[in-house]
Amino acid sequence: MSKNAIRESKGDRVFDAANHLLLGLLLIIIIYPLLYIVSASISSSEAVIAGEVWLWPVQPTLDGYMAVFANKMIWSGFMNSFYYAGVGTLINVIVTLLAAYPLSRTDLFGRGFFMLLFVFTMMFSGGLIPTYLVVKALGLLDTRWALIIPTALSVWNMIIARTYFQTTISSELLEAGQMDGCNDYRFLWSIVLPLSGPIIAVIALFYAVGHWNQYFHAMIYLRDESLFPLQLVLRDILIQNEVDFSAMSDAGELVRRQGIRELLKYSLIVVSTLPIMVVYPFVQKYFVKGMMIGSLKG
Amino acid sequence: MKGWQLYTLLILPLAYLMIFKYVPMYGTVIAFKNFVAARGIWGSEWVGLVHFERFFHSYQFGRVFRNTLTLAAYELLVGFPLPIILALSLNYVRNAFFKKSIQMITYAPHFISVVVLVGITMQMLQPGTGAVNIVLGLFGMDSIHFMAIPEYFKTIYVLSGVWQNVGFASIIYLAALSGVDPTLHEAAVMDGASKLKRMWHVDIPGITPIIVVMFILAMGNFMEIGFEKVLLMQNPLNLRTSEIIDTYVFNIGLKGAVPQYSAAAAIGLFKNLIALFLLVTANRLARRSGTSLW
Repeated sequence: MSKNAIRESKGDRVFDAANHLLLGLLLIIIIYPLLYIVSASISSSEAVIAGEVWLWPVQPTLDGYMAVFANKMIWSGFMNSFYYAGVGTLINVIVTLLAAYPLSRTDLFGRGFFMLLFVFTMMFSGGLIPTYLVVKALGLLDTRWALIIPTALSVWNMIIARTYFQTTISSELLEAGQMDGCNDYRFLWSIVLPLSGPIIAVIALFYAVGHWNQYFHAMIYLRDESLFPLQLVLRDILIQNEVDFSAMSDAGELVRRQGIRELLKYSLIVVSTLPIMVVYPFVQKYFVKGMMIGSLKG
Repeated sequence: MKGWQLYTLLILPLAYLMIFKYVPMYGTVIAFKNFVAARGIWGSEWVGLVHFERFFHSYQFGRVFRNTLTLAAYELLVGFPLPIILALSLNYVRNAFFKKSIQMITYAPHFISVVVLVGITMQMLQPGTGAVNIVLGLFGMDSIHFMAIPEYFKTIYVLSGVWQNVGFASIIYLAALSGVDPTLHEAAVMDGASKLKRMWHVDIPGITPIIVVMFILAMGNFMEIGFEKVLLMQNPLNLRTSEIIDTYVFNIGLKGAVPQYSAAAAIGLFKNLIALFLLVTANRLARRSGTSLW
């Protein structure tokens, strides 16, 4: 083989260089806001207000984090979010599996009809107002259940689980089970569930992230502040700017408070996103897997 | 009956579906009534298409409808091709560590909540102290109050969405690319094709079926703008460009002191019917190209 056959052409080397350059640029664009938020969160409030922070921390302090942990609403928001994500996800997974398994069985009479019932809700919905009126009529307004029951099932996740069952639980397995006198409950519990660890992990993660990041339902269904999930507390502070210090008379104090308020926002963004970002590298592959199964046809 | 146990498993999910999906569908009849809570859905009087007519003739209609369409089109135009380009580009990175790092980092923003995303965006764009304005200042430019200028709203919405989702959306194309027959590449290399040529003549034709399916899916979901994000980014100063159908429904239906349930339900129904039409049309197209969506 001649040397030239192994060496890349000049065009290809230019291509590689340009490609890496563009990807590097993208990396900077993605990382920069994250880095900036973290840097600002540990800078002094004077530096943040004066606009001195643009990449690295300036006069590092933990004032912002102190302010975050001194805030009662943020604490209760965290607790509530853990509750909604925990209990909500448990119910989600149960309801999803209950629907997905029977619908994965080709011998289920009326399977097509039931599937249509589920899939149609993805195409058309009653909309915001009628759904709100149902939740209201059931007396769920201003209770924790309002964030759990109305979203008990995502048809999309149900289809992912169903696809998984169809491809991994073979009909021979079912026949063998039935031959040994296994009924459908027993088969689901003792054979299907133990084989479905990966898919349960995938849908549980999808649901849990959904609960953790949800603010809108809490906003329309809840009035009682002690039930607010973290995201709603975040919205009030980050976006509605509702840390109220306006009654301050002393101008110097006002400026200082103003600074803390800005600092608090940065620290809050870091603190609230940390749980997901810490877990993320370990579960990333499950998300990718979920994406892949979801893209298969059901 | 054989298999009755399977039906008992379905009871709970079906009950959920009936109560929280199909009852609200029935509830849309309030769009044709003057809903009064005390009299219930059935007891409220019929008014026909009054709420629809009022919406179509209101000065809000043109603005809200136009905003919805342009925002959706803008998002599709920018947000759709970029993940494909990213996947094509990643596909030619040979250093496994570099590739894994890029994937890890570009997927991460997908998991940031919409509240935090909007929070980050607003902090970055703040006049005076935000990073973007500081960087603009380094080039001697004046500070801009981005969130207060209606003309910037859609661009901020779309670009922050790209920042959040470009990586995650590329997963599907990367997988498709790994399925492209390697012998085609070998043959192309033999024939002296450069990498750019191979990308154009081997990779892109190889993933075109997936691109078509994803495009049809995106068309079907055209009306599903990230309503929760728009609502968070909305403020009185940018309302002119940020009011879309969904936020309008929310603002008149649930936010006001006197909730106009019927009018809001009518506008919501109008939007959902358009969405249904788009989805059915998209699926019909998909079927014609040999790939049904369900």
